[in-house]
Amino acid sequence: MKKEEIQDDLASIRSLMERSSKFISLSGLSGILAGVYALIGAVAAYIIMDHPSLNYDDVTILQFIHAAPYLIWIAIAVLVASVLTSVILSYQKAKRNGQPIWGNTSKALLFHMAVPLLTGGMLILIFLYRGYFGIVAPAMLVFYGLALIGASNFTFTDIKYLGLCQIILGLIAAFMPGYGLVFWAIGFGVLHIVYGSVMYLKYDR
Amino acid sequence: MKIPFEKLDKAFENRIRLQIMSVLVANQRYDFNSLKELLNITDGNLASHLKGLEKEEYILVNKSFLGRKPNTNYEATDKGKKAFKAHLDALEQLIKSAKN
Repeated sequence: MKKEEIQDDLASIRSLMERSSKFISLSGLSGILAGVYALIGAVAAYIIMDHPSLNYDDVTILQFIHAAPYLIWIAIAVLVASVLTSVILSYQKAKRNGQPIWGNTSKALLFHMAVPLLTGGMLILIFLYRGYFGIVAPAMLVFYGLALIGASNFTFTDIKYLGLCQIILGLIAAFMPGYGLVFWAIGFGVLHIVYGSVMYLKYDR
Repeated sequence: MKIPFEKLDKAFENRIRLQIMSVLVANQRYDFNSLKELLNITDGNLASHLKGLEKEEYILVNKSFLGRKPNTNYEATDKGKKAFKAHLDALEQLIKSAKN
C-alpha cells in the first residue's frame, strides 16, 4: 500500500462521512440574495406604512389593519423568492457535489427547521389574531434562530452562529416593540447578507 | 523502519467496504438505495460488499417495508466501529512512518 493510496482512502472517508450525514449543498449566494429580498421587502413595507418615524409604537389598530393585506403580500413574496432561490442554487450545487437534493440529509435538515418554524408561525398568527402586533418581528427572529440551530447538525455548523445572532436580535427587539421593522430588516436582511458572503467565500469558491 | 501493515484490517482492504463503513459510522443507519446513490455503484457490487461486512459481523441488516416497498437498512455494530477505528489508527501510523 503506497502513501498516496492511504491518503486517497482517508480523503474518501472524510468526504463520505460528511456527504452522508450533512447537507453540504446549501449555497452562500442564496443567503446573500435572501438578504437582498428581505431588504427590498422592508423598504416596500416602510413606504406602504407611510409613517414619519421608524418607531411604529403609535400606529393604531385601524391603520395597521388597513396596511396588513399589503404587508402580508410583501412577506409572502419575500419568503417565496428566498425559498425558490435557495432550492434552485442548492440543486445546482448538489449536482456538483454528487449529493441528492432530496435525500436523507436534506430531509433531516428540512424536518428540523420545519418544527420551530411552523410552531413560531402558528404562535405569531394566534397573537396577531388577538391583536398583539408587536410580537411579530421578535418572534420571527427568535423562532428562525432556533430553526437554524436545529438545522446546524445537518449542514454546515457555521449556520449555528447565524441562529444565535437572530435569537439575540429577536430578544433585543422584544424590548423595543415599536422598532420591529428595523430589527426585521437587520435580521433577515443584513445578517443574511453577511452570513451568505462568509459562506460564499469559505465554501463556494 | 518496520511498517505495521499487519494492523490493517483485511476486511477494509477494499475501498468500497471502507467507504460503506465510514457512512455507517457517521450515521445511525443508512438504507440500501441511499448508499447506492452516494457511492455511485451497482446493486450487485454493493450487495456483495455488504454481505462481506455482514459476515465479519461489522454491520447489522434490518429488513422492513415502507408501504409495499421493501426497505433494507444497515447499521454498524460495536465490533465494526471498533475495527473501523483501529483501521484508521493503523492508516495514521502508516502515514506517520512514511514521513520519517
